[in-house]
Amino acid sequence: HQVLRIKTRNEEEVKQLQLLESLEHLELDFWINPSTSALPVDVRIPANNVQAVKAFLESQGIEYSILIEDLQVVLDKEKQDMVYSQQKERSSSSFNYGTYHSLDDIYAELDHLASEYSNIVSKFQIGQSYEKRPLYVLKFSTGGSNRPAIWLDAGIHSREWVTQASAIWIAKKIASDYGKDPSITSLLNKMDIFLLTVTNPDGYVFTHTTNRMWRKTRSKIPGSLCVGVDPNRNWDAGFGGPGASSNPCSDSYRGPRANSEVEVQAVVNFIKNHGNIRAFLTLHSYSQLLMYPYGYKCTEPADYAELDALGRAAASSIRSLYGTTFTVGSICTTIYQASGGSIDWSYDYGIKYSFAFELRDTGRYGFLLPTSQIIPTAEETWLGLKKIMEHVRDNTY
Amino acid sequence: DIDDVGHKYYLELVLEDVLDKDSTVNCTAEVLYHLGNKNIAPDVQFTLEGELKNTEEADNIFYSRIKSLEKELVAENIPDSHGNVPPEMEPVRLLAWVASGYVIWQNSTENTKFQLAQIKRVKQVKRSDEYLEFDYTILLHEMVSQEIIPWQMTVLWHPQHGVQVTQDSRQPKHASQ
Repeated sequence: HQVLRIKTRNEEEVKQLQLLESLEHLELDFWINPSTSALPVDVRIPANNVQAVKAFLESQGIEYSILIEDLQVVLDKEKQDMVYSQQKERSSSSFNYGTYHSLDDIYAELDHLASEYSNIVSKFQIGQSYEKRPLYVLKFSTGGSNRPAIWLDAGIHSREWVTQASAIWIAKKIASDYGKDPSITSLLNKMDIFLLTVTNPDGYVFTHTTNRMWRKTRSKIPGSLCVGVDPNRNWDAGFGGPGASSNPCSDSYRGPRANSEVEVQAVVNFIKNHGNIRAFLTLHSYSQLLMYPYGYKCTEPADYAELDALGRAAASSIRSLYGTTFTVGSICTTIYQASGGSIDWSYDYGIKYSFAFELRDTGRYGFLLPTSQIIPTAEETWLGLKKIMEHVRDNTY
Repeated sequence: DIDDVGHKYYLELVLEDVLDKDSTVNCTAEVLYHLGNKNIAPDVQFTLEGELKNTEEADNIFYSRIKSLEKELVAENIPDSHGNVPPEMEPVRLLAWVASGYVIWQNSTENTKFQLAQIKRVKQVKRSDEYLEFDYTILLHEMVSQEIIPWQMTVLWHPQHGVQVTQDSRQPKHASQ
């Protein structure tokens, strides 16, 4: 659609335009109606009538210029701008949850949440990354002593940006919903939640500074020019088996030995020292999958029936919000055999409720998920996580 | 399983228009992965049960726009790190998506799953004939190995003559990648 500006020189020309106005089949939309030759006439013309109207004007010797060549382009840009500022407004205390942030900004927000919701949120460190960055965990707790707890981590693979972004949104959600949402309130009255928003901070920084597609840690590998280990092939679960590479240059390199990566070791130490973790949940992207063990072998876990049913219930909750469909199954049967994975380790360690999520999308944008999808992704993912947490709460063995 | 030949898959799919989710076409297909020599692309036969939407108008608009550019189009990182695609680059991205489909087909086995991850760089090459030519460097994400593979492809396009990949080659990965 085009918008023309017509400059009438006399009353005769104005009358011509009023005639044009009466031709309803042209579907003209006058933004400034023809009334006096002192004012220009602005009119929006549907695409298929543009040529005809221009021909008419030219045949009458009426001067015009193109005000807007393609109205759709203007509308699209406006929508973009609106979405942008809407996302800006959504943030309280100036942290915009609807965009991707640097590590420093995420860490600053962790401090802010711990301060604003200090009655239930505290931040502590479980270790350091290879390049000596702190690994910060948020603890959500209403008290007690070593209560049964839920573990949730994000960003173990650094290029999966929607996971770190969702995690910080989820942190805010849990903190602000306590005391308002009956489900979360009763959950936190019985159990604690531990949330590691950036499991692989070195990789995350690298995706900002150098290579957006970096997946692994940034550890130096003796004898190789290549850097980094796939932290989700480095756990002590079927380590060395099929589904991981022994080539340091590979994006699925398992590492020289299980737990060689300090980031992985830090989580393992925390879980073991805590001693009362009842669920181990981890976020990845992309593919829209909700998976339970095993990855390192294709046999069913002992709790297959319960985990599958719970997974389906969680996927159903996710779908209820925006219609996003997640496929449910074990890692091995759903994607591929993969050894050294975190939920296989946690399950064999005794944490029955071990699930791995692969968030949006299914490949159209892949790792480069547009910012407009961050909050919807976080919202729907939270519903799935909540479903699992509620089940854990009600079945704490 | 077909002895001494390979593995054949019979598929029933629904094709969904990326630009119009309500527009769907049913499709049946047969895919044969050859035994042994992994350098042969799988055989694909398919039947569309219905018609694909006519895109003539949009095609012509894009074609005219590029043809009338004074300087050759050049762009990088589509989408960018935040998933943004400038609206005027959307057709360039869609073209890459189609062309990468050919490259993916030619390089697929039963143990690969490729997706187009990003256009690292695209440069238009002006031609004296009616075709548009673009030289793309794309990143393919292979999901089983989780590798990101740079790939170069030369793409020809014309509204009435469709898409052609005239040249493509896998690029070496740098140690920092």
